[in-house]
Amino acid sequence: MGPPPEIRTGCDLVIEIPLIEELNILRSLREADVVPIKVVPVNDPLLQPVDLFQTKDFGTHLMVRAANMKLTVDKETLVIVNISGGGCPDVPYLAAEMVGKSLQEAPGPGEIGHTLCGYALQLSYEEMKRICLP
Amino acid sequence: MLAIIGTIPDVAFPLLKDRVFLENDMIRIEDRSASVNRGTPALIAAAVKTSEFLGQSLPFVYLAGDIGIGEGSRRIYESLVREVGGSGFTTIAFHYLQPDVDWHNRIIFAINDMEKRPLLIADAGFMYAAKISGQAGAYDLFTPDIGELAFLADEKAPHPFYTRGFILHEENRASELISRAYANENAARYLLVKGKEDFIADQNGILAAVKIHKKEAMEAIGGTGDTLTGIAAALIESKMEIRDAAITAAKVNRLAGYKTRPTPATQVTEIINHIPHALSEVLQNKKQKNSSCSGSKL
Repeated sequence: MGPPPEIRTGCDLVIEIPLIEELNILRSLREADVVPIKVVPVNDPLLQPVDLFQTKDFGTHLMVRAANMKLTVDKETLVIVNISGGGCPDVPYLAAEMVGKSLQEAPGPGEIGHTLCGYALQLSYEEMKRICLP
Repeated sequence: MLAIIGTIPDVAFPLLKDRVFLENDMIRIEDRSASVNRGTPALIAAAVKTSEFLGQSLPFVYLAGDIGIGEGSRRIYESLVREVGGSGFTTIAFHYLQPDVDWHNRIIFAINDMEKRPLLIADAGFMYAAKISGQAGAYDLFTPDIGELAFLADEKAPHPFYTRGFILHEENRASELISRAYANENAARYLLVKGKEDFIADQNGILAAVKIHKKEAMEAIGGTGDTLTGIAAALIESKMEIRDAAITAAKVNRLAGYKTRPTPATQVTEIINHIPHALSEVLQNKKQKNSSCSGSKL
């Protein structure tokens, strides 16, 4: 079927997916070399993912928040000390895999996460790397 | 009986339904253990500590392994829909579950058929499902953080990831977000909003703000919202009125955090271990306050 008129660009094809599993499904599509032009919520195709970051400097630690996900690192060692927020079941899993590892060695949420919370954490992670890594 | 429904971040963890207890900083259910460091185990650990302190039965849990694929959540949903009717649960706390509107609605229908409706608490993924299904009003308590409150306030957002920027910017205006969430019927009977200050609200607005023992570092610590929900759930099960339970839980959670002298690197297990002392202190103060009030009336 075709996409809703607000986002139609030509002879496009649309597929419907459970939005919550966006990260996992996008990864599968990328692996199959089928990258979508856009992913939009069915209820309002004009809604955009959060692109605001809030950064808090605790002196010894730095926290970056994207949407509902917060990532905190030790500024000196760059070790991830805490992951907070979120409600999808991959959040505790991502925290278990990432906390205690440095920004350089921790697996990215984009690689091992599955949900929109994982996606939001990936944005915090990328922003943190942009700020902290050369 | 208090029931806690959630997931464990381990795909090998089977579907288990039983009473839970704590053993060496791990939750223990049948022959399985799980670390309490965050997520549903942190909520369970806080609820167990509170239940033990109050001398009430330990929580009953529905748990399964899920790392975001949704399989464990669906096993729980399927089982709960079949069994909740005869469960005798009086309070149910729903937590880290894959948001799924269809399963959410089946569970609410099954609960509606119960002879005596339990008090319903939702946090994390199941709160997201409750909001997007349009049935937030079926719940007695939601426990969002400020980012999740913005999601509840945004009638269009299907997930916090899609909360519109002009609403997210209102972080320092919890009161407006609360009004907006209620105006759009996207809030439970009570809200306990976790943040620098914790707010307890209903459809009339903010009922109380708890700002004792303010520690900026608490915001960074994963699992502090889970412990807050766990304490509140156990207090509600003790027959404490919801508003009172939410205020007491907020005070206890903040005091337990304060006692750890938190830094952004503090882990929630340290906070959980301080819950009994914090409960003792907060309930003692409450008792003294109540008796001094009665004294002044005499």
